[in-house]
Amino acid sequence: MRIVVDLNRCLGYAQCVPLAPEVLQLQGEEALAYDPNPDDSQRQQVARAVASCPVQAIIAEMDPPADRTTK
Amino acid sequence: MTTAETAWTEAMRYENRHDPYRFFDELRKTPVVQVADKVYVVTGYRELLQLAHDPHVSSDISKSPISAQPAAHAQPDVGAEHMQAYGREPSLIVSDPARHDKQRRQVMRHFAPPHSPNVIPNMAADIQSLCDDSLDKIKANGGNVFDVVDDYAYPVPVAVICQILGVPLKDEPTFHGWIFDFMAGADMGPDAATEEGQARKQKGKESTAALTAYMADLIHGFLTEPKDNVLSKLVNDKDGPDGPMTPQEAAANAMLLLIAGHDSTVNTIAHCVLTLLRHPESIELLHERPELIPKAIEEVLRLQSAVQFFPSRSVTSDIEVGGTVIPAGSAVHLLYGAANRDPRRFPEPEKFDVQRTDNQHVGWGRGVHSCVGGPLARLEVNIALETFLRRVENPRLVVDPPPYRVNQVFRGPLHLEVEFDRITDQR
Amino acid sequence: MSTQSLVDELVKTFKAQGRIVIVGASLAGLRAAEALRDAGFTGSLTIIGDEVHEPYDRPPLSKQVLKGWVPAGNTKLPRMREVNADWRLGVAATALDRDNREVLLANGDKVPYDRLLIATGVRSRQWFNPEEAKLKGLFTLRTSDDAAELQAALKARPKRVLIVGAGFIGSEMASVCRDLGLDVTVAERSSAPLVGALGGVIGDIAAKMQRDAGVDLRTGVAVEALEGDADGHVRRAKLSDGTTLDVDVVVASLGSIRNIEWLDGAELATGFWGVACDAGCRAFDINGVVTDNIFVAGDIARAPHVLYEYQFMSIEHVDAAVLGARTAAHNMVNLGRARRPHLPLPQFWSGQFGVNIKGCGVCSFGDEIVFTQGSVEDLRFAAAFGKNGRIVGAITFNHGKWLEYYGAMIERSAPFPPPPPGYDQPANAEPMSARFPDPREPTGLPDVVLTGHDPTSRGAEFRPKSR
Repeated sequence: MRIVVDLNRCLGYAQCVPLAPEVLQLQGEEALAYDPNPDDSQRQQVARAVASCPVQAIIAEMDPPADRTTK
Repeated sequence: MTTAETAWTEAMRYENRHDPYRFFDELRKTPVVQVADKVYVVTGYRELLQLAHDPHVSSDISKSPISAQPAAHAQPDVGAEHMQAYGREPSLIVSDPARHDKQRRQVMRHFAPPHSPNVIPNMAADIQSLCDDSLDKIKANGGNVFDVVDDYAYPVPVAVICQILGVPLKDEPTFHGWIFDFMAGADMGPDAATEEGQARKQKGKESTAALTAYMADLIHGFLTEPKDNVLSKLVNDKDGPDGPMTPQEAAANAMLLLIAGHDSTVNTIAHCVLTLLRHPESIELLHERPELIPKAIEEVLRLQSAVQFFPSRSVTSDIEVGGTVIPAGSAVHLLYGAANRDPRRFPEPEKFDVQRTDNQHVGWGRGVHSCVGGPLARLEVNIALETFLRRVENPRLVVDPPPYRVNQVFRGPLHLEVEFDRITDQR
Repeated sequence: MSTQSLVDELVKTFKAQGRIVIVGASLAGLRAAEALRDAGFTGSLTIIGDEVHEPYDRPPLSKQVLKGWVPAGNTKLPRMREVNADWRLGVAATALDRDNREVLLANGDKVPYDRLLIATGVRSRQWFNPEEAKLKGLFTLRTSDDAAELQAALKARPKRVLIVGAGFIGSEMASVCRDLGLDVTVAERSSAPLVGALGGVIGDIAAKMQRDAGVDLRTGVAVEALEGDADGHVRRAKLSDGTTLDVDVVVASLGSIRNIEWLDGAELATGFWGVACDAGCRAFDINGVVTDNIFVAGDIARAPHVLYEYQFMSIEHVDAAVLGARTAAHNMVNLGRARRPHLPLPQFWSGQFGVNIKGCGVCSFGDEIVFTQGSVEDLRFAAAFGKNGRIVGAITFNHGKWLEYYGAMIERSAPFPPPPPGYDQPANAEPMSARFPDPREPTGLPDVVLTGHDPTSRGAEFRPKSR
């Protein structure tokens, strides 16, 4: 899986962090840090975190598109 | 009465509780509009966002003209009961920065990142057990009908919040009654003016007082005997940069956390089941693709926002928004439920579309007051819905629309009867 | 056939049969490719990148990668969709032949195009002394390969890290060093960190923030020389204030250089500040005439912005790559009124020392600052920047939810100072000089630079004075 967070859009609501604690961390009160290439075992957590963002700042690629062979 | 005033009154009337939205649509013709003396409502999405981020919009109850109105008049929009419900000391929901920000930090320190990142994730297993136990009980009762609200949606969140906060679950039958009375007594609609409405209001006041006393007692107990829970840590914290809360502040916020910490979750679980059963093709979709469940929940919240508005806000100076000038000192209600159906923002706003793209709904609020309990609520609703879909076979609605609770702000079904073929065993 | 239907036919044919070449295979190149396919472009698409890696996310390199949480190679960007492109990775473009419409590659290949997107971005400015630049333990940070090396060096627990340059990236790296419990010195020529982008008033706050976190911050100081040991590993740094530091790791955070060298001779409006283009991402030629078939996006683009007196702006932040790429792609497959402008409200952020710094507008366009909300002492506040009585920028420290209120004011050129909020006014809420340094000074290069009205202006010389 691959994710990227648009940190311009992210306002630090942190609705996502507790839903995927191994992939998303809060540094201080508002700054988000994320693992861009989390393990597949995190699928459910990532799906929950993506849906939870009020400003839809998390972009996730759950499976590679057909034109790419690398994970 | 103007059209807006009529629409507002109808939207608040109990007989329309199951569907206030057609009146919101009427109101939205002017997205920011006056509906009573010194009261404006906002039903437009962009307008709501603008106000939710404007530091001239105050949540401080002492600044709101509503809290100043004598409660006895029971105008359709009086929300003073809500304000007084949370104890004499204003809780964070009815405070402004810097006090709001500090209280929010103090509260969140003990169950949220960065300081306590594991509290909520660690609840997942317990939440799953609670959901499974509820269904096991329903199965053991026999029959093929149950009330999603009383038998499934309610028991899980209340047990979870009690555990996190440190409120004894054994006292639940008592405080459940008090909370129910408070909710039923805080009527912002025309029914409040009736004799029955006045009686409800009085009962609500008494129950609120009882709940306030109960919470104050509980907190004082933690001062002498600290325990490993959020409320105890709140008043005993010596390590945090903001220090402990005073017992009075803690009691006020404890009431907020207890009520808000489960009531809206109950309503959300119930609305999820209701919405899915109204759209059976979506149930098939979610069975095939359970990874869409989180999106489905957000779409339910867009259509049936658990907190429709919170009547604490007012403006500290004239604000021009959506072609209207809200005069300084006016109350302003941000109608999240209405803004979430703004056709200018959401194409086909009435449509329940699990896969809706760009669903930036405002069901959890926006700005610094956005929902503190969001992650916990989502974890509960996700697990509750997954479990329901997995174990309840062929669910069908018995009554549509179901009877609704009285409260316009924390809006949800009173009962939601569902018929089913069978309940499968736990995994 | 009417002219309009001729144009429509042209667009339709191009979408089906045209050849598009994108030079630059990072965020901007990838998002442009996706946007082209979204727009219905089914012709041939070639993406050229000098790095061997497929497009990856850079911001984590100076934060979670350096900290050791995420491996340097694990920041690959998610794909929004298939792009079905011919990827030429690990080979640089070396020249542009506009007469024959071909891009020349380092391996001798020639790649023909009908329309071209330049998205070659920037590289790190290298250490100014070529001999010293060969020392082991001396790093710059731009690529994932850089990050892998630097992460390993930090993991080895050096006795002291020296970071030269306290811009956003240098400051983030200093923050990571402190998180790792490493001793770190930051040497900054200006009076304070972040001064180029945010001015001296914010810079002083940032300086205190660094020192409170245990950073040995030296301001008004340059690094004059680095010395190595017999193994060729850096061991000492000589500062312009006469002091010498024992250091094992040196990170040169001296700003970026736009990758324009490959465009020498192509007669485009290229210079120190990048490639000048119009607000529709179409490149200007050296005379200031818009080209028809060459587009620019990302860190390398320099375009006029109506909110800033039509001055050319070069923005080194994510939106330039994402939104600029999308607009460029859209305009590459459209003509006439169907084209769109790229007119973002610039936005930026930086996570450092436990603070989320978020800003919008072009703060360095302003000369005054006023604190509007919160507490400076607590590092939780909002502040606005003004010029000539209008708000032009805003900055928040752990106050990000308020930023869009200021963004809306900037977009409508609202008065400065803004009206005071209804609550939480800072102790000092009077406008004051923001104390921006002279942009011609060697450091203090903001990430958004206003570079004047002339598309070909080259700006000042930025090589450090020789001693």
